[in-house]
Amino acid sequence: MTGLLANAILASLFIFAIAMALALVRLFRGPSAQDRVLALDYLYILAMLMMLVLGIRYASDTYFEGALLIALFGFVGSFALAKFLLRGEVIE
Amino acid sequence: MTEALELPLWLELVTAALLLTASLFALIGALGLVRMKDYFQRMHPPALASTIGAWCVSLASIVYFSWVKQGPVLHAWLIPILLSITVPVTTLLLARAALFRKRMSGESVPEEVSSGRDRGN
Repeated sequence: MTGLLANAILASLFIFAIAMALALVRLFRGPSAQDRVLALDYLYILAMLMMLVLGIRYASDTYFEGALLIALFGFVGSFALAKFLLRGEVIE
Repeated sequence: MTEALELPLWLELVTAALLLTASLFALIGALGLVRMKDYFQRMHPPALASTIGAWCVSLASIVYFSWVKQGPVLHAWLIPILLSITVPVTTLLLARAALFRKRMSGESVPEEVSSGRDRGN
């Protein structure tokens, strides 16, 4: 891997980190509970994309499985939190 | 780093452009998430990362690994396919939860259409 792709990967990881910091701002500042759940969902998606980029960075397949797990658990977590906001209980 | 096959320059350019596009759109989504005024406006910008961000990153991963392994490596498609199934579900449920909570707290939101008819108004 020459310098171009390595530098582009580092730059995109850095920009993803800035985006995660902004989502974290919304997570802490969000006026209502649904804002926090939305920011947490966005953090999950960004973490999953970062795992895929890291998989390219280290030329490894293992990161893909991590990204898949983050996607699945992020969906389950956001679904449960939204269900809790809607009804006050997760399983009816 | 392992000594993998070197990518030709044009493939490096394609991969780098896809990764930078994805990260920039994710940054735009995060900026929208922070700067928008209303909750229902704030529901829109995260879709940037889960559509174009996920597609670009998975395309970059497919391009890179297909060259490194000298054959089609398509398993990264699973991520955008999975996201296209799960993201609408969470978005719809969050919108309904927000509408319900705003209605319960007495803010002016649109009336309920399904169960309001049964109360005879």
